[in-house]
Amino acid sequence: MSAGKYHITSSCIISGNTVYKNEVQVFGQPGTNPGDFLLAVYQHFELNYPKFYKMDSLSKLGWLASEVLLKDCFDKNKYEHEAIGLVLTNANSSLDADLKYWDSVHDMASPSLFVYTLPNIVIGEICIRNGFKGEDALYITPQFDAVFLQQQVNYLLDNDILNACICGWVDMIGGDYKAALFLVEEDEDGIEFEIEELNRIFNIT
Amino acid sequence: MGTNKTDVFIIADNICSPLGRTTQQNFEQIKNGISGVQKHDRPDLSDVPIAASLFKNNEFFVPGTHSYTKFEQLLIASITNALSHTDIKADDPKTGLIISSTKGNISLLETEENNSALQKRIGLNTSAQLIAGHFGFINQPIIISNACISGVMAIVTGMRLIQSGQYDQIVITGADVISKFVLSGFQSFQALSTERCKPFDKNRKGLNLGEGAATVILSGDEKYQGNIRVTGGGITNDANHISGPSRTGQELGDAIIKAMNNAGVKAEDIGLISAHGTATPYNDEMEAKAIMLAGLQKAPVSGLKGFYGHTLGAAGLIETILAKQSMEQNTLLPTLGFQETGTAPLNIINAVSNAAIKHCVKTASGFGGCNGALVLSK
Repeated sequence: MSAGKYHITSSCIISGNTVYKNEVQVFGQPGTNPGDFLLAVYQHFELNYPKFYKMDSLSKLGWLASEVLLKDCFDKNKYEHEAIGLVLTNANSSLDADLKYWDSVHDMASPSLFVYTLPNIVIGEICIRNGFKGEDALYITPQFDAVFLQQQVNYLLDNDILNACICGWVDMIGGDYKAALFLVEEDEDGIEFEIEELNRIFNIT
Repeated sequence: MGTNKTDVFIIADNICSPLGRTTQQNFEQIKNGISGVQKHDRPDLSDVPIAASLFKNNEFFVPGTHSYTKFEQLLIASITNALSHTDIKADDPKTGLIISSTKGNISLLETEENNSALQKRIGLNTSAQLIAGHFGFINQPIIISNACISGVMAIVTGMRLIQSGQYDQIVITGADVISKFVLSGFQSFQALSTERCKPFDKNRKGLNLGEGAATVILSGDEKYQGNIRVTGGGITNDANHISGPSRTGQELGDAIIKAMNNAGVKAEDIGLISAHGTATPYNDEMEAKAIMLAGLQKAPVSGLKGFYGHTLGAAGLIETILAKQSMEQNTLLPTLGFQETGTAPLNIINAVSNAAIKHCVKTASGFGGCNGALVLSK
């Protein structure tokens, strides 16, 4: 029904202290911990968004990947904001924030840490930044599951629920992290939105 | 109207809550005005007394020797009961499984040593594999953790997976357990009421938390013609604030309108709104505005958090099942705790009454700015 109709018009991978945009390395800083590295990404791309500093690590990772993904290549006014949405997946839910919140409870439970103990908050942060009001979803999968992602996104695009969808993987636990975001549109250009392509780009690192 | 999609029928369901372990028991308790929300002095959960709907301490849900956590036992008990009403087979390649939860096994952090083995044990993937293995599901479970709309989103996802032909039948289950982790967080937000909550009431002071599990089994088989159907779903994001609801209710209103359009029904067709109604000042005001924006100000509204508290990842499932029960029994359930209008004016039901309900809207909203709505049809 949708074979060949949709294209990946942009991709961003953040993994192993390296940022790739459309499969090209655009930034790297070996030897830093995830927190310092994410801050270095923020500074390198000259982003100016004070809310970034309040985010937990998962939201910082996903938000930065979305900024690089959309930078200079996506006119968000091309679509109704109600027709732009996200389908994200990960394996570790919000466990990174959960552990930090639980450590804090012994002193004083912090609402600003607690709010990040849900894995879909990263989606909320990306929506707030861009004004995206379409359908969104966070699924937990054991590993990156291109078959499942393609199936979900095709449904949303085929049924006109969305016209553009950011989909992919954003996972963070302790020192391990990876983000892989794909912008999928009904467009002439780009890489075919196929399982093999999703897996190939995901595994670029 | 005029949709020619596959009909998706609710063929079995279960609610496992402090009010009872079957849907029927739960429905009867509510009709009799009995609430699961009680005052508790539970130092293991909170330094101060709380009002919440909790299972008894150390209550078991799965008999025999096993290593399932309370969260997993609740899911197993609920699925077992729901499956017992059907002849569907978990190991059929066309049977799916969806699991909805916000925090799963997070309470293990409170009693176990934090290490990589514990982190794996907490993971929802681990629970999902155990549940699938227990029943013999062969398809990989789909896990939804999308804050407080998880249960509604799980049913909408299940409806679509049947309509698209991916599955012939799908078991949709959800649960959350109330732990110190969750309680301390809501306390830090000052979101909890020390009394039983009062959805949509002028004097509402916050929410109660509640424990529970629920299961809905959907099928596309025409032999279930006559059963209540899931006919539409809509999901939106506020793009406004990660923990505060929209000021206008526009986006939840849009989710309701999308769900009604998807179902091919109009506002005047809606005979019941099963509201999210957490009883926090801001949520209920936003939701009332959303209901008005969707043109549903005359539709009867029932909010059940006064009976269950907020059961998080199970809430959308529990409340949808009771809405289905209301439709079958032509009975509107009361919004326990509501006395005086405290939001934009709605038609809030506060006593058990009879009504023929052709179509029902179920709403939900949650942290991250997410909103969900679905439509049930007779």
